[in-house]
Amino acid sequence: MSFDALGGMILRMAAKPPSRRQPALDEARLRQQAIGAKLRQMFDDVVNEPVPDEFLDILRRAERTGPGEA
Amino acid sequence: MSAQVRPARVEDPARDVEFKHSLVALIPQLRAFARTLTGDATAADDLAQDAMMKAWDARASFQMGTNMKAWTFMILRNQFYSEKRRSWRQSQLDQEAAERTLVAIDDPAAPVALDELRQGLGMLPPEQREALILVGAGGFAYEEAAEICGCAVGTVKSRVSRARRALQVILESGAYDRDGRAAGEAMGSILAHAERLSGAR
Repeated sequence: MSFDALGGMILRMAAKPPSRRQPALDEARLRQQAIGAKLRQMFDDVVNEPVPDEFLDILRRAERTGPGEA
Repeated sequence: MSAQVRPARVEDPARDVEFKHSLVALIPQLRAFARTLTGDATAADDLAQDAMMKAWDARASFQMGTNMKAWTFMILRNQFYSEKRRSWRQSQLDQEAAERTLVAIDDPAAPVALDELRQGLGMLPPEQREALILVGAGGFAYEEAAEICGCAVGTVKSRVSRARRALQVILESGAYDRDGRAAGEAMGSILAHAERLSGAR
């Protein structure tokens, strides 16, 4: 390959705009993975939060009223 | 009623203790499901508490040893829909916040912003949102999600895939803005596009 041909190829590659309109299938898959990871993180972040005392207080009160009144 | 027939509400302290133990262990999961479903921390905890109490009240009808997580999620989900008319999530899309999220995706593997995702989830039809959360984050199999939602497995599968596609369109919507169109107009076309992708409900 001549020096000019190589130079032209590099120029063309550099000038090639990023394809944003028709993302390749791989890109779509990567994007889906990124979305999925964030969704799980969003969910797990809440799971890992300490449970507010209110929850256990309410349950304890209900427990004390007994099954007959529940 | 004969003495042999065990009434549903018979007092069984040992069973109650076991039930309560399992229920308490599920609270973090219920909170997470409620939060991702409603998108509002306060409303979510109200919903999770209601669901927890409904589960406690219905403990006699729960078959110990079966999937308690799926059972409580179903209760929470039904509670969500019975109160949905109050429509927390249905509240208008925050246009300003939505416009702030219009950013082009240069790197498809780049992490998704939490705010963007929250916004995107809120724009999905609730049936799609719940299906995606259950399968994509809650760790449920399609079959379990179908039981929780009271629909066919195929329905769950199609809802999840529609939700994924619609979310992607919403999150990649920044490209419209780059094209020089007004962000408001872009938002409208994103919603229309997502709607088309989602198909008729």
